[in-house]
Amino acid sequence: MSGAAGVEARFRGRLGSFLLDATFNVPTNGVTALFGPSGCGKTTVLRCMAGLLRLADGRLSVDGTVWQDGGRFIRPHRRPVGYVFQEASLFPHLSVVGNLRYGLRRSGIDKPAITFDDVVDLLGIARLLDRPTAVLSGGERQRVAIGRALLSQPRLLLMDEPLAALDRFSKDDILPYLERLHGSLAIPVFYVSHDLSEVERLADTLVLMQEGRVRATGPLPVLVSDPALPFVRMPDAAAVLDGVVMAQDAGYGLASLDVDGATLQVPGHLGPPGTKRRVRVLASDVSLTLKRPEQTTILNALPARVAAVEDIDRYRLTVILRLGRDGTGAALLARVSRKSWETLALDLGLLVHAQIKGVALLDGDSTPDAVRHDGNRGAAAP
Amino acid sequence: MLDPAMGEIIWLTVRLATITTVVLLVLGTPLAWWLARTRSWWREPVAAVVTLPIVLPPTVLGFYLLVAMSPASPVTRMLEAFGGRSIAFTFEGLVVGSVFYSLPFVVNPIRNAFEAIGERPLEVAATLRASRLDAFFTVAVPLARAGFLTGAVLGFAHTVGEFGVVLMIGGSIPGETKVLSIAIFDYVESLQWDKAHLLSAGMLVFSFLVIVVMMLIEKRLGRVR
Repeated sequence: MSGAAGVEARFRGRLGSFLLDATFNVPTNGVTALFGPSGCGKTTVLRCMAGLLRLADGRLSVDGTVWQDGGRFIRPHRRPVGYVFQEASLFPHLSVVGNLRYGLRRSGIDKPAITFDDVVDLLGIARLLDRPTAVLSGGERQRVAIGRALLSQPRLLLMDEPLAALDRFSKDDILPYLERLHGSLAIPVFYVSHDLSEVERLADTLVLMQEGRVRATGPLPVLVSDPALPFVRMPDAAAVLDGVVMAQDAGYGLASLDVDGATLQVPGHLGPPGTKRRVRVLASDVSLTLKRPEQTTILNALPARVAAVEDIDRYRLTVILRLGRDGTGAALLARVSRKSWETLALDLGLLVHAQIKGVALLDGDSTPDAVRHDGNRGAAAP
Repeated sequence: MLDPAMGEIIWLTVRLATITTVVLLVLGTPLAWWLARTRSWWREPVAAVVTLPIVLPPTVLGFYLLVAMSPASPVTRMLEAFGGRSIAFTFEGLVVGSVFYSLPFVVNPIRNAFEAIGERPLEVAATLRASRLDAFFTVAVPLARAGFLTGAVLGFAHTVGEFGVVLMIGGSIPGETKVLSIAIFDYVESLQWDKAHLLSAGMLVFSFLVIVVMMLIEKRLGRVR
């Protein structure tokens, strides 16, 4: 049954009038987002994973180790998890250092893989160490809470909307640290959020929840462009593309980013060749032509095939494309009017050219002068 | 004016209050923890019993304690079976009586402090590998320290001022059961007004100091939290 790498979870039970029936299997690497509207049960699932909540009908195995099954239930303090709550919940009777060392001392590991100095450095909290917790700002408190969880040497880091209680500025202050965490530590993260822009920046795998049930599980770029899911019908529907930097054109300040089925021109310095980057392309920034456009200012006009189409309302459609002439590449979304769809006689399987007006970097800055005003857009192509 | 008898009275009273407070902190802490955290049906009845001495006339409490300590009572028989003796009119009897009498004054502030902590800090401790006992001593107790101080001060002060219960089960045996409030009563009865004045004024100052200290503690700890 188990023995496989990954998290296998099933939690069923009634909590007051709320019925939870969540089952999912996800790989234990990278960031898995438990995503859904408020009240859909995602926090309950996370609490079950930590053992803070025990549902009689539950099963959880992590990389082959059973944490809960029938009568077997590992108490929360015996589970190697780090938990970051929505509010930092620092111990008020301890200093910042005291908070950080609380879990470290109890980890039971002689040579911790995650050292105190590493965490202080990673989260930029060196100058906070001697302060009482009461004088820290919201963002600082949450950084200390993340450090405290990391120092308990977890094999799984559980984060329950760690940014939800923060204001915009504190959020923007903390997101880069979360991304660095993702990059420099190999700890699988489960991240609860109802904010799609946060999830698009951080998550590799998505567990989509709705009214106590798991609606879909899979790689984030696949789910956000899945015609069966509500994402493609949202006003700001967008495709998420994972790519690798191939080259950098210093003269024009453009990077070529290889995604599945195409190469994108993205403004800015995206890093040396081989760097992995993630971009977001809004459906409303993509238009379609039947012939390859010539003499245009649009940098990215990519061949693609129509894979599916979803109605938004009577007049507007979201077209789901697959990049490449053979239509087997990554998914891209385009918002078109019904009139255009009929005039151009678009149909499933048809080869089109997708003209992309803007590509937004999702994972951090592109250049020192990158645009960071709205949180998740690194830069916008002309 | 300050005769040796008076020193003995004060020493006896302080000893009684100190021992009672220590006993109450040891027994009352787990009781307060249980009351603060349990979802058992028994919670309210037990809480009512703990709080009863606030409402109950001390003479009534003393009367029942005296009945329990009488030579014929099952409690005394049991004590005797283990080689003990009746504790009526002894210092030990006073300690037992005071523990009952001052119970709510120690348990209730600690219980309230435990309740004020809420679930979250203990959940945090659990996710940081602290066992329940570990979390109790390293998180719950430090966070409830204002409640502990209030409980200890109130328990001590309340035991010092005890009269009705002592009158019923202690009598007025010098060096054994003659505590301060009994002594004041005796001095007044025997028309030694100056001594009654001295002890009463001392109690007045003591009580005032207790309240000031408590207010300072609450202010100080309230700021830290």
